Amino acid sequence: MSEMTYRDAINLALKEEMRRDQSVVIFGEDVALYEGAFKVTRGLLSEFGELRVRDCPISENTLVGVAVGAAMGGMRPVAELMTVNFALLAMDQIVNHMAKVRYMFGGQTVVPMVIRMPGGGGSQLGAQHSQSLESYFMHCPGMLIAYPATPADAKGLLKSAIRTDNPVVFLEHELLYNSKGEVPEDPEFLVPFGKAAILNEGTAVTLVGYGRMSILCLQAAHLLEKEGVSCEVVDLRTLYPLDTETFLGSVLKTGRAVVVEECWSAAGLGGDIASRIYERCFDTLLAPVRRISGLDVPMPYSRKIEKLCIPQLEGIVQGVRDLLNESY
Amino acid sequence: MAGMLKDLLPVEELIRFYEEMVLCREFEESCAQQYAKGEITGFLHLYSGQEAVAVGCTAGLRQNDYILSAYRDHAQAIVRGVDPKRVMAELFGRSTGICKGKGGSMHLFAPELNFMGGYAIVGGQFPIATGLAWASQLREEDRVTACFFGDGAMNQGTFHESLNWARLWELPILFICENNFYGIGTGVHRASAQAALHRRTCGYDIPSEKVDGMDVIAVYQSTKRAAEWVRERQRPYFIEAVTYRFRGHSMADPAKYRSAAEHEIWKSRDPIPNLSRRLLEEGIVSQAQLDEIFERCTAQVEEAVKFAAESPWPEDSEIWEDIYV
Repeated sequence: MSEMTYRDAINLALKEEMRRDQSVVIFGEDVALYEGAFKVTRGLLSEFGELRVRDCPISENTLVGVAVGAAMGGMRPVAELMTVNFALLAMDQIVNHMAKVRYMFGGQTVVPMVIRMPGGGGSQLGAQHSQSLESYFMHCPGMLIAYPATPADAKGLLKSAIRTDNPVVFLEHELLYNSKGEVPEDPEFLVPFGKAAILNEGTAVTLVGYGRMSILCLQAAHLLEKEGVSCEVVDLRTLYPLDTETFLGSVLKTGRAVVVEECWSAAGLGGDIASRIYERCFDTLLAPVRRISGLDVPMPYSRKIEKLCIPQLEGIVQGVRDLLNESY
Repeated sequence: MAGMLKDLLPVEELIRFYEEMVLCREFEESCAQQYAKGEITGFLHLYSGQEAVAVGCTAGLRQNDYILSAYRDHAQAIVRGVDPKRVMAELFGRSTGICKGKGGSMHLFAPELNFMGGYAIVGGQFPIATGLAWASQLREEDRVTACFFGDGAMNQGTFHESLNWARLWELPILFICENNFYGIGTGVHRASAQAALHRRTCGYDIPSEKVDGMDVIAVYQSTKRAAEWVRERQRPYFIEAVTYRFRGHSMADPAKYRSAAEHEIWKSRDPIPNLSRRLLEEGIVSQAQLDEIFERCTAQVEEAVKFAAESPWPEDSEIWEDIYV
């Protein structure tokens, strides 16, 4: 184990997989010479050369389609979309092509590719650069979706993403890049898809999160522990496959659930998770499932009001307190 | 094309071109009948009239070259070597179809023949062709990627993005525009600011040419020359094949936006009788031989229909197969 940042853990995963497998190639806007808008691809061009680490024009839809084609042609491309917001320009290739070609061609091809997408809000980047679009991807069958919360998971999930023959949307939170954690050095360290992590064991309430929301949930659990409230924190790790058994098992134990999503609440993934909890844990629930979501507004710029639009630590703590007060 | 056919190509090649065009035409006309009977449903875009493009281009490529197409893809697949039985079964939605009945008319695919798919979002194949060409270059496969598309697709962003990308990365792609003058019902002059489509590649420094897409020999020669140019230089090239579809955009389209006079002019340029007339004039084949070819093609199509009709439907459990590995 060694301590490193989320950014460096992703960088290490890329390097390890590129060393291991010659078919892994990296491309995107400013990933090579500039070393990434968030410096995640630092050192890759110098180690692997311009054939395997390549800058491309600002053409997001084609960027994703090139990855689809390259994957169908025998490579393992890891494409970077500079931010998840630009995925909206590429939704045709993501939804109509990447997620469909295997199925509509009767299983005669595989699409082993990863699209890395930094995203999330909280950096005062305004309405067009602060979005959390995870529910958009979850709505569409045909792709795996990861959203790591910790440096270790960032490394292990990305390595699994590169090795699977399925297309993967790999979401990274921009505010987590500098977060630190212990990361296994073993180049064969992998985190499987579809296996949630329990970040904190507890008995009174289950907090379900993903990405940066899982970190906030964990911090909330630590604060609430001081008030004598025992919280179990389930970090989903991957949004597809969704490890329903782990969060349902936890809710069956605690009887209460708070689902924390950074995305908008309207048709958001928190509603999907809440409905699964209602379907399977109805008789066990001691209170209605509580959703803490991003506000259903375009993100404002000013920091005073931006923070009101994104789930905050205090809001999660208060949400748990309220839930306990309204229990049956 | 001037000159004697037999000075241009071996006789067996000429006859093969003819037979492939007849097979495609008869296949498509049979599809129309099966659609009318309700055996084929969904969208059905027929290729009748454009056969010289699929046949001439495919002959100008090597078997290991990739081919991608749009939704009007039956002929492209059959000429590449897909068994017409398996194409028809796909259109019938049967489990013996080339894509197990999951793709349908617009999504044929045969990777063992390097037929890399029919794509039904207009322009969706451009980026994928670009990626395939990149992969084959990285893997040193000595392969050209031939990307077919219609005139309408040239107004999609992916066309411009992919041409720029292909030239920038110096990728071995042959872009082949089948200009049949209509994107559904909108004429090319009403959709493209520069209706001389082959001239639109100058912004990407990609050389281009226009060829008579009703003349299979001309298409073959252009493609062969262009494909070898691409292979040697590892750079994209663009061919505009001027052609015409004799039917509407799809079976739902009576094509009222075209005049009867226009249709008649193009019918007089039908690539099949145009080739057979020259074959007869030069004494390369006899009418009896042509009749025999026709009979063979219709028999093959009938066999395909019979195979499709007798094939089983997909199992319900197939719904969940092939989404993930």
